[in-house]
Amino acid sequence: MEQLSSILTGDFILLTLRLAIPIILAAIGETFCERSGVMNLGIEGMMLIGALSGVLGSFFSGEPWVGVVFAIIVGAGIGFIYALLCVRYKADQVVCGIGLNMLSLGFTTAMVHAVWNRDGMSGTVAQVENVSIPILKNIPLLGRLFEKQSPFLYLTLIIVAASWYFMYKTKIGLRLRAIGDHPQAAESVGINVTRYRYASVILCGILASIAGAYLSIVQNNLFVQNMVAGRGFMAIAANIFGGWNPVGSFLASLVFAFAQALRLNLADLNIPDQFIQMLPYGLTLIVLVGVAKKAKGPEALGKI
Amino acid sequence: MNVYHVELKEITKRFSGFIANDHINLSVKRGEIHSLLGENGAGKTTLMKILLGLYSADEGSLWIDGKEVHITNPRIAFQLGIGMVHQHFMLVNNLSVLENIILGQEPGNVSLDMKKSYKIVQELSTKYNFALDLNAKVEDLSVGMKQRVEILKILYRGADIIILDEPTAVLTPQEADKLMKILHDMKQQGKTIIFITHKLNETMEVADRITVLRNGKNVITVNKEDTTPEELAKFMVGRDICFTIEKSKKKRGKPILSIENVKLLPQASDTVSLSVHEGEIVGIAGVEGNGQRELEEIILGLRKYKNGTISLLGVNINSMTTKVRKDLGIGYIPSDRHKRAMLSNFTIADNYLLGYHFRAPFSSKGILKKREVEKHSKDMIECFQIKVSGLHQSIGSLSGGNQQKVIVSREVSQNPHLIIAAQPTRGLDIGAIEYIHNQLLRLRDEGKAILLISAELTEILKLSDRIGVLYKGELMELKETDEYAEGEIGLLMAGRKAGIGTNG
Repeated sequence: MEQLSSILTGDFILLTLRLAIPIILAAIGETFCERSGVMNLGIEGMMLIGALSGVLGSFFSGEPWVGVVFAIIVGAGIGFIYALLCVRYKADQVVCGIGLNMLSLGFTTAMVHAVWNRDGMSGTVAQVENVSIPILKNIPLLGRLFEKQSPFLYLTLIIVAASWYFMYKTKIGLRLRAIGDHPQAAESVGINVTRYRYASVILCGILASIAGAYLSIVQNNLFVQNMVAGRGFMAIAANIFGGWNPVGSFLASLVFAFAQALRLNLADLNIPDQFIQMLPYGLTLIVLVGVAKKAKGPEALGKI
Repeated sequence: MNVYHVELKEITKRFSGFIANDHINLSVKRGEIHSLLGENGAGKTTLMKILLGLYSADEGSLWIDGKEVHITNPRIAFQLGIGMVHQHFMLVNNLSVLENIILGQEPGNVSLDMKKSYKIVQELSTKYNFALDLNAKVEDLSVGMKQRVEILKILYRGADIIILDEPTAVLTPQEADKLMKILHDMKQQGKTIIFITHKLNETMEVADRITVLRNGKNVITVNKEDTTPEELAKFMVGRDICFTIEKSKKKRGKPILSIENVKLLPQASDTVSLSVHEGEIVGIAGVEGNGQRELEEIILGLRKYKNGTISLLGVNINSMTTKVRKDLGIGYIPSDRHKRAMLSNFTIADNYLLGYHFRAPFSSKGILKKREVEKHSKDMIECFQIKVSGLHQSIGSLSGGNQQKVIVSREVSQNPHLIIAAQPTRGLDIGAIEYIHNQLLRLRDEGKAILLISAELTEILKLSDRIGVLYKGELMELKETDEYAEGEIGLLMAGRKAGIGTNG
């Protein structure tokens, strides 16, 4: 009991939020991508490459924000290549996604070796600092949200709100939703489906890459081999769980992050460590089996 | 001013190997309903796709309001006010009616202005009596309503030349009536309507003028008043078509199928009992959705039923699987051809195997004998005059009529005692319909028992020895065809028995 009450504290909530950030960003990326009809199982790989890009940018410039910008550029590039394969050349999306994951794992490992001449781990680099927001931080209770937090927390919340507005309240959002369900119908009313698909996949690449960079140069200050550790797949699950809706993806990501936070907090409890470690992954599996069966995604998803 | 609203002059379109449109002329007056009549493959859809900018003509010219136009893509057609309702709807299921209508031409700058959209679309909808709930999701709508959404979508885009491609093929009779009313309203508002069809009765009902195409060529353009359905049929097919057939009067033999006390629909208050005898066709009339689908599926064992018994040749088959039932001698022509009767991507030969793959001579000890299958398919294709380019062509690439011929020939080839023919001529052209009808009558004369379930009343009246009428899962009546009074079946289909409920 004592253990449980110590869990549900402000610290724990903040920890959950922090852990949720990469999953949220990637999940929203996946939402955009799938709404355009392109399935992206390679988001794990996109995140991994983003993580490495962030570290590289920071390493060579000494400035962590340059790392973030570099991650965005590389993410857009990977997104473009993925779109080229899946949209232009109509390659099988499952094969491309899994291929991208495998490629990324090997590529990042090799790069770490090439740049730092080390295996499994890069050297340490400059990290994005936390910020406190004056005035707001003095609000009772909520104030802690604004004290010594990562700027990415705010950025993520803004992205969630903006994505929702974009998806449901703008013309472009309506067209995107139409494309995912019935691209021929969209085409028949003069919408350039291909252009929307490219834009969505590239946006997904950017968001996934930022999510990866968050892991490497915001939460940490170095790149570790396979440091994304399944968060990309959690993002895919969160996107499904959230009903292909940015706000839904956000809430579902919080559930997964909660499981991760529990894992960190239950470490000293009398449960075999393996089971605790399993928590977020087990939850992902349950969601995919239980919810995904009933979930109704874009009707034309994966069919190009 | 005697300028036509739309004129197509000497349009020729060749595809590799054949000419789809051969110097076709079509002139449509402003504010008329012009029916473009012809069998499947006559070139109607190709011609309209040229007008819509989806195909480009090899020769000929297009004129709108007396000016020559060059329509190279659908966008230009849009701008000229031409819109088409496709046979397969272009609607997004998960979006609302309103969202579907405004898609691509949404009011507002960047953000959607749903209030304004609603106002504009609601006004249009009221003007033409569409009776649509704009906030409903498209997936929850009936087929007829979806079609109205499509029409509204075109009107919203400011079209005044509206092309409808076989619009009634997918509709129930009531929905078709409603559509006719809408077409009439649109005509009153000055819209020009081009109506592609192969159905004579709707042409006669709604068209002002009619252009008949056959094999990619113009046959004639006539005013409705100056022609008859018989004459139009002759123009379409190129030979005389029999509308009535002489049926030999035969004594019916022993009962083959008997259904006793089977409940078709959960809401039905009464059960259904009927029997089909050797050498007779029992027609089941009724508006679709009144238990017809349930009836065919229950007989085949594709749908579970709790009470009642079904027997074939006196044997109770309640507990038997579909396979055993078919083995006992049921040939089945399902109403949903694509879902139940064929595998579109499989070859014609493989489709002949469907359901009989375990039987000799097609297989022995679990190994298929391709040669036997091909031989059988070849025989069938020849015997039933099915137009195919080869045995290894996929069945999906055949015309609807030829697909149905494959299915019918397969189902009758194993010499069944009973044939369930559900909507056997849906979507087929006149020539194919006539062929299927003759086959059913031939089978009847051979002594087969046939249960014909059809939404086409003319078909039921033409073929059946006895007619039953389904309404809300109940059999309203079942008697000899000539015992029905004029119009009685129509009333029964609407749920009214003669003598009662006359106040409606």
